[in-house]
Amino acid sequence: MPTVSMTVNGKSVSAEVEPRTLLVQYLRESLGMTGTHVGCDTSQCGACVVHVNGESLKSCTMLAAQAEGADVTTIEGLADGDVLHPMQEAFRENHGLQCGFCTPGMVMSALDLVQKNPDPSEQEVREWLEGNLCRCTGYHNIVKSILAGAQALRG
Amino acid sequence: MYQFNYQKAGSADEAASAVTAAEDGRFLAGGMTLIPTLKQRLAQPSDLVDLAGISDLVGIEDGGDSITIKGMTRHVDVANSDLVKSKIPALASLADNIGDPQVRNRGTIGGSLANNDPAADYPAAVLGLNATVITNKREIAAEDYFDGMFTTVLEEGELITAVRFPIPAKAAYMKFPNPASRYALVGVMVAQTGGDTRVAVTGAGQDGVFRASEIESALSANWSADAAKAVKMSDDGLNADIHASAEYRAHLISVMASRAVTAAG
Amino acid sequence: MTGTGIGASVKRVEDQRFLTGNGNYTDDINRPGQSHAWILRSPHAHATITSVDISKAEKADGVIAIFTGADMAADGVGGLPCGWHIHNKDGSPMLEPGHPPLAHEKVRHVGDQVAIVIAATHDAARDAAELIEVDYGVLPAVINMDAALAGGTLVHDDVPNNRCFDWEIGDKNAVEAAFAAADHVVSIDLVNNRLIPNAMEPRAAISEFDRSSGQYTLHTTTQNPHVIRLLMGAFVLQIPEHKLRIVAPDVGGGFGSKIFHYAEEAILTWAAAKVHQPIKWTAERSESFATDAHGRDHETHADLALDKSGKFLGLRVATKANVGAYLSTFGSSVPTYLYATLLAGVYTTPAIYAEVQTVFTNTVPVDAYRGAGRPECTYLLERLVTKAARQVGIDPVALRKMNMIQPDQYPYQTPVALMYDCGDSPATFESALKASDYAGFGARRAAAEKSGKLRGIGISTYVEACGIAPSAVAGALGARAGLYESAQVRVHPTGSVTVYTGTHSHGQGHETTFAQLVSESFGIPIDQIEISHGDTDQVQFGMGTYGSRSLAVGGPAILNACNKVIDKAKKIAAHIMEADVSDIEFADGKFTVAGTDKEMAFAEISLAAYVPHNYPIEEIEPGLDENAFYDPLNFSFPGGAHICEVEIDPETGDTEIISFTAVDDVGRVVNPMIVEGQVHGGLAQGVGQAMLEGCVYDDAGQLLTGSYMDYTMPRADNLPNFSVATQSVMGASNPLEVKGVGEVGAIGSPPAVINAILDALAPLGVDDISMPATSLKVWQAIQESSVRQAAE
Repeated sequence: MPTVSMTVNGKSVSAEVEPRTLLVQYLRESLGMTGTHVGCDTSQCGACVVHVNGESLKSCTMLAAQAEGADVTTIEGLADGDVLHPMQEAFRENHGLQCGFCTPGMVMSALDLVQKNPDPSEQEVREWLEGNLCRCTGYHNIVKSILAGAQALRG
Repeated sequence: MYQFNYQKAGSADEAASAVTAAEDGRFLAGGMTLIPTLKQRLAQPSDLVDLAGISDLVGIEDGGDSITIKGMTRHVDVANSDLVKSKIPALASLADNIGDPQVRNRGTIGGSLANNDPAADYPAAVLGLNATVITNKREIAAEDYFDGMFTTVLEEGELITAVRFPIPAKAAYMKFPNPASRYALVGVMVAQTGGDTRVAVTGAGQDGVFRASEIESALSANWSADAAKAVKMSDDGLNADIHASAEYRAHLISVMASRAVTAAG
Repeated sequence: MTGTGIGASVKRVEDQRFLTGNGNYTDDINRPGQSHAWILRSPHAHATITSVDISKAEKADGVIAIFTGADMAADGVGGLPCGWHIHNKDGSPMLEPGHPPLAHEKVRHVGDQVAIVIAATHDAARDAAELIEVDYGVLPAVINMDAALAGGTLVHDDVPNNRCFDWEIGDKNAVEAAFAAADHVVSIDLVNNRLIPNAMEPRAAISEFDRSSGQYTLHTTTQNPHVIRLLMGAFVLQIPEHKLRIVAPDVGGGFGSKIFHYAEEAILTWAAAKVHQPIKWTAERSESFATDAHGRDHETHADLALDKSGKFLGLRVATKANVGAYLSTFGSSVPTYLYATLLAGVYTTPAIYAEVQTVFTNTVPVDAYRGAGRPECTYLLERLVTKAARQVGIDPVALRKMNMIQPDQYPYQTPVALMYDCGDSPATFESALKASDYAGFGARRAAAEKSGKLRGIGISTYVEACGIAPSAVAGALGARAGLYESAQVRVHPTGSVTVYTGTHSHGQGHETTFAQLVSESFGIPIDQIEISHGDTDQVQFGMGTYGSRSLAVGGPAILNACNKVIDKAKKIAAHIMEADVSDIEFADGKFTVAGTDKEMAFAEISLAAYVPHNYPIEEIEPGLDENAFYDPLNFSFPGGAHICEVEIDPETGDTEIISFTAVDDVGRVVNPMIVEGQVHGGLAQGVGQAMLEGCVYDDAGQLLTGSYMDYTMPRADNLPNFSVATQSVMGASNPLEVKGVGEVGAIGSPPAVINAILDALAPLGVDDISMPATSLKVWQAIQESSVRQAAE
């Protein structure tokens, strides 16, 4: 089996995997990083969103081999010890999560939005979330969280 | 997914030879359709040849009276290109509404066109703007490129290296999305380009993208939203499924065309 | 004061782990030496299994074992049981055909389990499954309920006309008399669309068998681990409870769909003892669509009798409910006791009669989904009342008000078994009208018209019964189990507390809300309190979480156990402070002797209980650890009013929700932030049912909405910001005075949305539309109406 190496949350990692291994399987199964979730098999739910080379994508729709040499950030890479990243903190403050399953993807997707659009409108947030499904919150508090997180990051 | 071999190509030629040499080789562009297809075990290629490392295949070039978008250029880069936004805003806006942000961060124009999903957006741009599909072997006029749903005239080992869009006088794209998949239930590109009026429709036709000649005639005579709306499209040859009847799709073609005319100005 | 007691919007305890990727969902768990399972499923809706040839598959790389239905049958494995017994009109029992975990001899829906392949990796198991050769004798499928009731094709050979039961409730003669005396009769035919629950976490399980102890352990995505232990242990696999441990770790949403005992749980547990290795299985989303129990799926005809003034005289309802191919765990109770017992709604209708036929079809089982029966009931009533207002020519607000149960009429005995303990529907209705600026709607409609849009406003008022359930009532209604709840409150020597609850949290935030109860009770901050749930080896017993029961039933159990702790602590305090126990007072975490300055902190007493050197050992045992079981006196009855405003683009049928106002009476609110979140989520599912979601099978029983490509999940841009408020009458049937909140959003909202759409379309002559009211359906309704009007 080929060896695939990359940087995940600042650490160099390497594992032997079959070519058919998805990036999300590499993270969850080879590295044991189970914060990134799989909620569908048609690339629509967004529970698996991570950043690769600084941009959000669905780790269920990328082969691990395609991420060879890449710089990957997952939900596990955001907090500084016990201190949450401002976007994570905004989700906590605004009750932007319930069961928590979609949350890693929501947070990672939100961070890509605010790096591209630091001051999004409510409508822009709602449209950005087209690729992230949540069944618990009705999105109301997720949208509120992202707007608050964006504000916190603007300082 | 079934087992396959994975290889990365350094150039278009290398990629083409690798695919040709393989038992059943496939190019891997952004993978936004191919990987889900493999996950569902709906395809079983022997080899995937990844195009991501080929720098020649990425970029947007100003050709004066045209814009050339290289095959591996991502939707997000088309959407955000100042050149595309200023010369063909309809194309930038179309790219900005493909799929979701994560799809736009990976999906490519070449991948989308090679796949020719009957509900994808780019086919409407290519046909509506009278673009030319450039491959490693030849140049193919938009009229000749599409060959029914999920089918094109591309041959084995033939790779889309770029797409050349002539700058239209006016153009706009309007999409009415499928509520579930968000692909086009009906998407219409209207354009005045090279002295012609063109109306290309995606999402609706059983054979994929097509030109709505009735609306083209109406708009040639009178470029107005009302003229487009007044055309009653036939529902012959249109898709019918749980999301839309053929009749509804026919109706939406006229409505989306009229709104696109308004947007195009 | 701790600031973390009842009524505070305490930030959630569980969020830190979920936000940092440290949740512990079933698929996150891996066991040393684990194998992976793939379930081979039927591609046909209805077929006999002539043969299953596993010979090629067995030899495939990595395969450990393959089992079929014949293997399980040979082992004497039982069928998956139904937990609620219903009787026919004539008193005879419902028909309960067998439900083998792995299909044996026949498959009855697409996705029915045919074989399990256990292999070294997931891909190896799936690769091998493709080598299994199943010889199916394909039979005609029966999907439509009328066709099923006509007989012909039988899903189960021993169920004539595919009818599971034909049940009734209410006084038929009184209703006939009411209709005979009526000035107006309003009739309606409705379909309550079938839904696919879609919790974001797909179902998953890992089974283990320990050969040395004979102990089975199953980690599974369930809302009620003890119920699974009881059902699977006693009825399916005959494993006694002391040898069976069920763990439900973090569960990523349930909405009812993870209540039921699923076949995969039994198959994996049984197989673990065969292969002597842990076995892991996680559903693909496609499998979730095809095999998670679906919700709703009713067809109903109803008639409402009114007098000249508009007063409701009687209600007559006939419902057909699809139960799918097999009876799921609660499948029989949803369309009966969770539905027809609410048909009085918020109204004083004196005579009600309902008959319900449940029907087997070649579709996946139908069972409880957020609201379970009450959304179907509310949709019926609120569509019917709105139609009556239009037909009789009375304003829909006035018609509702004149028929509403008034606050002084509680407790209110309905004609369909339930006694509402308390409520004030006129008050929530009035508040919702005000909050939505109902009076100003005319101007908004006129403004919308100018921009070519059709604007409509829709009302729904509702009451629901939840907090399932008072065991005596539930038992009288056919439940085969008691539905109480238990709690254990263990105070540790240094005063921190672990609470073991038999309910389960899968998004509801129990770790926070329940800790607030204890914080309030003991006067200690919630960081001193841990809520433990989900492990049958840790928690004494429990009935789990569904029917908005956790706080209303599980909460008082915790409160009672806390009170037992305080009673015992007071005795210890009395001994140590040399006072009479009747003089000991407890407040703000301190035990004091009345009239003195003597005091002891909560932690001092707990330490004394575990280090009993100066201790009344003759009278009290050491330790501070109390159990309580709580069974409520009645259901809890949340209610409220929902008002929706929509704008429709008449050219395309595209419909946008402009505003949604909900004023709900949920009794005492422990954590307002969490309560609001629960309402938001319920509303989104209600809006989803009304406008977006609908399960479609074709005539051959193939699921056409089998992925997110075709099943429309509500997305962020489909929904508005909700305006939600609570306005409560304190609950009367439990000591916390709480009611349920988990389901109210999904119960009240669908008719508000549809009534708004119909209001918008009324000027065009449209008077009916079915859910989901997609753009297509709205456009079609407009077209059909214009054709009809042209013909007239």
